[in-house]
Amino acid sequence: MPDNRPEDFALSCPVPLADQNTVQLAHGGGGRMMRALIEAKFLAAFGQAGPPHDSAILQIETARLAFTTDSFVVHPLFFPGGDIGRLAVYGTVNDLAMAGARPLALSAGFILEEGLPLETLDRVVASMRDAARLSGVRIVTGDTKVVDRGKGDGVFINTAGIGLVPPGVDISPARVVPGDVVLLSGDLGRHGMAVLSVREGLGFEGSLASDCEPLAGLVEALLAGCPPAGPGAVHCLRDLTRGGLAAALCEIAEDARVGIELDEAAIPVSEPVAGACELLGLDPLYVANEGRLVAMVAPAAAGHALEVLRRHPAAHGPAIVGRVVAEHAGTVEVRGLLGGGRILDLLSGEQMPRIC
Amino acid sequence: MKYIDEYRDAAAARKLAAAIARTVTRPWNLMEVCGGQTHAILRFGLDEMLPPQLALIHGPGCPVCVTPIEILDRAVAIAARPGVIFCSFGDMLRVPGSTKDLLSVKAAGGDVRIVYSPMDAVALARNHPDRQVVFFAIGFETTAPANAMAVAQAAKLGLANFSVLVSLVLVPPAIVAVLESPASRVHGFLAAGHVTTITGLDPYRPIAEKYHVPIVATGFEPLDILEGVLLCVRQLEAGRAEVQNQYARSVRPEGNRPAMRQVAEVFRVVPRKWRGIGEIAASGLGLREEYAAFDAETRFAVGQIVADEPAECIAGAVLQGHRKPSDCPAFGVRCTPDRPLGAPMVSAEGACAAYFRYRRRRE
Repeated sequence: MPDNRPEDFALSCPVPLADQNTVQLAHGGGGRMMRALIEAKFLAAFGQAGPPHDSAILQIETARLAFTTDSFVVHPLFFPGGDIGRLAVYGTVNDLAMAGARPLALSAGFILEEGLPLETLDRVVASMRDAARLSGVRIVTGDTKVVDRGKGDGVFINTAGIGLVPPGVDISPARVVPGDVVLLSGDLGRHGMAVLSVREGLGFEGSLASDCEPLAGLVEALLAGCPPAGPGAVHCLRDLTRGGLAAALCEIAEDARVGIELDEAAIPVSEPVAGACELLGLDPLYVANEGRLVAMVAPAAAGHALEVLRRHPAAHGPAIVGRVVAEHAGTVEVRGLLGGGRILDLLSGEQMPRIC
Repeated sequence: MKYIDEYRDAAAARKLAAAIARTVTRPWNLMEVCGGQTHAILRFGLDEMLPPQLALIHGPGCPVCVTPIEILDRAVAIAARPGVIFCSFGDMLRVPGSTKDLLSVKAAGGDVRIVYSPMDAVALARNHPDRQVVFFAIGFETTAPANAMAVAQAAKLGLANFSVLVSLVLVPPAIVAVLESPASRVHGFLAAGHVTTITGLDPYRPIAEKYHVPIVATGFEPLDILEGVLLCVRQLEAGRAEVQNQYARSVRPEGNRPAMRQVAEVFRVVPRKWRGIGEIAASGLGLREEYAAFDAETRFAVGQIVADEPAECIAGAVLQGHRKPSDCPAFGVRCTPDRPLGAPMVSAEGACAAYFRYRRRRE
């Protein structure tokens, strides 16, 4: 609007820069603030072992081991479709699977709050045992600590895991190239909305259950079933957790220095999730999942890959949702329902429900 | 999804856009009042479907953005007190006051909670008789009825530990302020459908008449907004200036009478400061004498906390539609949602946040 630009324009905004001297919840929200914290504090101190990925890959003589860890602080401990125990097993199993690894063994560290009913602990442990069996891994070592009442939230669990990367498999954001096809294994947002609904008493839970599920079997099938190009045709995998599809793709676009274009109409979102998101003003592309992955696959293998996903019980309505491009490196663009384009950006922290 | 998908249909949208293009013969500037509409316009790229002579100007209808800095300072002061449970809609927590925001009060040990309705805060007050529960009552005519109901309910229950920090504002006086501004270039308005659902259309008729501007009560889905634009430009091209209702599936001409009665019982019209704009006479709501006991400003003696904003801040120009967020040299560089310089960059309904989220690369 150059015609109305005041002559004396000077930048002087009413709000000062917020200096953050303390950890904020948003530092754990899976958005830009968390990424910045990791880069400024942890990577600065510990260095970076390889390209940023869900697992580190360690070359040990002729074997390649994937190694990862994850901590679980979900409230409530039990929610429709899952519980903290299942999340703790699947979360680490899935992070190993995203490196193309076959999960071998897990550790489990428990931080228990004084006063936790042992019956609750029994349920969590039984759930972990079943989840490990279903994922084909063993929990082989662990640790237990108890903190004073009020200093924990019932149970916090940390799991770490190792897995073996089969020969010929090389999965990393560094391998993503323009032309790759973006596949999504199922509909979005079930976990985040199911947990939000029970935590906040929103009453949607009748129709909403978490999608939490192990993805190692699905990945194995995908790597085996991508001929003619072989398992090397799968360039990158990422499970969608905090920050949802948006966070996963933004990170890959940034780390691989490529652009990603998504077709909004192709992205599956179930009716209950879409309805709850509409009501609260949340975008399902940013809502957490615990049993979905995106795959970046060479174009020649995309058809096979989609077929494999369609036949696998751990995929739920898989779809080709976009492609990797050379343009706008580092950003994700969405072609909207009406044809217009918009940027899909990492949020600062977590999404907040709107006011009116 | 029923009631959503049919208002996002691409073919119908193109048809409406074509009808708008056929109707427009000269340049017009339309203001969409509500921040929810601004976000829909940018998210769906509706502005790019319109003919070049037609400009959409983003209005002041973002409750977070217009809440003055001194009210935020008062909120921070109350929330930091021991024994207080401070309840707010989530969006408000990230907006910085003069020195800090509510999230940092929470990080420092304050009991700050996100609620989804003011009635949740009343329930907290009942369940925690030993604590002072304060609800941050911000917003427009849309949130006023639920706030009024919460206060009335607390009075009925005799809850001495419940109070509200009120910063409720009204849309029609803001439209008048935009029209009275010497820099105003607005030819027609898309009024906010949710606000008119409560108030009805009557408050807008004197404005349309006095300033000779068409005002169309408009919904929030793409087809609603395009149809609102079409109705507005048809009036402009025909030289008419009437109040029209695009959002008839929600807005009745007389509004929601019981909701307005509830508001009138608890609140009275008062002058209010608007962030970035300044004080507008009779532009907000405050508690009536009978409910003064529920006023958190008096209860916690924070009414003396004042803070002024520099008059030349671009946030004010953005909120009045004189400038676009991307006109600001700090936009996307020194001012981002992580480190906001102004409130419109914080809120989910703020114009700067909408431009940042959807347009950064192409602008």
